[in-house]
Amino acid sequence: MTLHVDIPEETLAGILAKAFRNRSFLVGFVITALVGAVAVLSYAWTPYDVTRLVISDKTLAPSWAHWFGTDHFGRDILSMIMVGARNSIAVALVAVGIGMGVGVPLGAFAAARGGLADEALMRLNDLVFAFPALLSAIMITAIFGPGAINAIIAIGIFNIPVFARVARAGALAIWPREFILAARAAGKGPTLITIEHILPNIATLLLVQGTIQFALGILAEAGLSYVGLGAQPPMPSWGRMLFDAQTRMVVAPWMAIFPGMAIAVTVLGLNLLGDGIADILDPKSRRQR
Amino acid sequence: MSLLEIENLSLSIGDTPILKGVELAVAPGEVMGLVGESGSGKSMTALAVMRLMPFAARASGRVAFDGIDILAASEDQMCALRGDDIGMVFQEPMTALNPVKTIGEQVAEGIRWHTKASRAEAEEQARKILDRVGLPSAKFPLSRYPHELSGGQRQRVVIAIACALKPKLLIADEPTTALDVVLQAQILDLLRDLVAENRMGLLLISHDLAVVTAMADKITIMRHGEVMEAGDTARTLSGQLHPYTRQLAQASMHVPARPRPHTAGSARPLLQVDGVTRDYPGRRSSLFRRAAPIRAVDDVSLSIEPGQSVALVGRSGCGKSTLARMILALDKSTSGTIRFSGETITGRSEAELKPARRDMQVVFQDPYGSFDPRQKVEKLVAEPLHVLDKKPANAERRELVAHALHEVGLGPRDMDKYPHEFSGGQRQRLSIARAIITRPKLVVADEPVSALDVSIRAQILDLFAELNQKLGIAYLFITHDLTVARAITDEVLVMHEGRIVERGKTGAVLDHPQSEAARALVRAAPDLHRAIARRLQEQG
Repeated sequence: MTLHVDIPEETLAGILAKAFRNRSFLVGFVITALVGAVAVLSYAWTPYDVTRLVISDKTLAPSWAHWFGTDHFGRDILSMIMVGARNSIAVALVAVGIGMGVGVPLGAFAAARGGLADEALMRLNDLVFAFPALLSAIMITAIFGPGAINAIIAIGIFNIPVFARVARAGALAIWPREFILAARAAGKGPTLITIEHILPNIATLLLVQGTIQFALGILAEAGLSYVGLGAQPPMPSWGRMLFDAQTRMVVAPWMAIFPGMAIAVTVLGLNLLGDGIADILDPKSRRQR
Repeated sequence: MSLLEIENLSLSIGDTPILKGVELAVAPGEVMGLVGESGSGKSMTALAVMRLMPFAARASGRVAFDGIDILAASEDQMCALRGDDIGMVFQEPMTALNPVKTIGEQVAEGIRWHTKASRAEAEEQARKILDRVGLPSAKFPLSRYPHELSGGQRQRVVIAIACALKPKLLIADEPTTALDVVLQAQILDLLRDLVAENRMGLLLISHDLAVVTAMADKITIMRHGEVMEAGDTARTLSGQLHPYTRQLAQASMHVPARPRPHTAGSARPLLQVDGVTRDYPGRRSSLFRRAAPIRAVDDVSLSIEPGQSVALVGRSGCGKSTLARMILALDKSTSGTIRFSGETITGRSEAELKPARRDMQVVFQDPYGSFDPRQKVEKLVAEPLHVLDKKPANAERRELVAHALHEVGLGPRDMDKYPHEFSGGQRQRLSIARAIITRPKLVVADEPVSALDVSIRAQILDLFAELNQKLGIAYLFITHDLTVARAITDEVLVMHEGRIVERGKTGAVLDHPQSEAARALVRAAPDLHRAIARRLQEQG
């Protein structure tokens, strides 16, 4: 017989131990947790009130009083970034939720049914996919009007085909396995098999895709706000802050640098987290690390 | 002088010893059979000779090949040896070839690398060796891709790659395990001829004593990383001095006791298949056109009586498994009817099939793939209870699972384990427990023991026989292994290219096959008794 590489099922403790040894997971996790903590903190406390305009303090450079400086209305940039984090996370989270909630059942259904239903669903998927995310979001917000809620829906819709594809591809790899055949021989229908056998086996795949989509959602929200279709003033958002900074790049570069960094660091953190999770849960990468 | 000499080879990965003081020698032109069950260290020994062990492995002792100390050689030296003086043939022809390269490229690759020949020269040589292994370039041009070839043809390509540079030593690790018996016989013949032609040494690794006996001059029997017995094949196996050798030989010829073989006749058939045909649509050649449909099962009729054990034998691709799936109502027949306990099951909805599903269960070949890795045994074994009209409550369900586990020789404590915590043989027991939990009348078993070691196989066959006697379960055994058919069935159906070409009492068909297909199967089937007798005869 050849060497039988049997992939052991992991215990929770084993996964945790591996997570602590995985650098990209750790860094990603710390950054993501930090962003989340800042967003939560902003409900209770920010250094300054983000809705109060103090024109006398406009475009102040970073100092001890205003760590990240102030904008053209004299608002504290650090406070705005803190409140903006809340907005970004909420939009991305709900958008991923919509994408998973609709996309995964669609993908799993397509894989279970096959044939014409599968073909039709996936071509529809391609159609949605063919539009760049931002473009379709702009179209939706242009029709239904700008605002955080519509931004969420727009980004959510763009997430649906992504999850549908991942779920379908994952499910298709599980369906021909013998344990599915055994379940069918036991008289279980496609719905029950999908719930009992398919979903648990593709959960990790979806989790990894979820983190990646979360990062993309934050970028998309920033992009929408930047073109004025996201959260509306006075609600601060990272994209809106960048837009405001654009014309004042020379006089007040900090207005662009800090929100830009906030976006970059958050997305980086989430990507590292996603990479880390993929590494930890992927049996093939286990031997190398 | 020996070509390959392994002295006191020990190898460990981390703190786990894998090999302990292995001794082995292969002379030029000699076939050395290396036999053992899974985990005995056969493959690791072969990898050590190629120095392709896992990185974490630490080896000590001496491996000398043609005067070169392998364990101390530099990586460059090893690269020059591998594929040039030492060739290797792997078990799985499906994965041993690169799917995106043509067979010509893959054979020529090694030639060009080792001899610095030009592309044209290398291809010329590749054509020659492919011709030699039975793939003439008229029918199999170098531009073929692996997926265009069958399993047996692919294994020929793998052998061509290994033998292209006329190596001094060929290592074949289970070269025929993935092939059916007829292909196996052809590949073994080819290997034997190549050895004789080039005076190669052949290290043949196999778990199948009959194959090794037919091929090897000398035999080394391994267990748990140690050599148990070594010596002349015929003498070792006819004498069976070492207890483990005896155990292995007996296990591979094991026939379970069945005090009450089924007597055919009176009873109403449990399963009746009438003129069943299954067509698969042909490949789409353009948007609107398809090639002619492929007929996988062609007008097959059969019947099984309650408590009867029937074997369905045939070469791979003959339609056995498709037929089994139709009987299990997992696939639709194109025409014909299947009746189970008098009820027609063809063309019925899932809800109408429930009573039939309860009485009809399945055991698959692969003990690793047939369980959801994310569920515990309790849930897995209880899965068929889903078809009961009245679903048992939790406590009752645990009771039923515990009982089924007990019947297959496992304990109630195994209920809370995951499938990966079991060995291959134990998993096959789980598979059987799952199949019998609803007290079915028929179990369809698709190659249920072909992935198991001989001693485990003997135990599982015993279990099948016992359940047949105790519970009166009828079996449909699908297999290409005639020893299994002989051991455990009353009747045999021989299938060839979608049709049943011969049927009758197991003993009668296997001893006096009438049809060409059955004769080919019987001729090719390895048989330990015959192989030992032939060896002894040759030696006088």
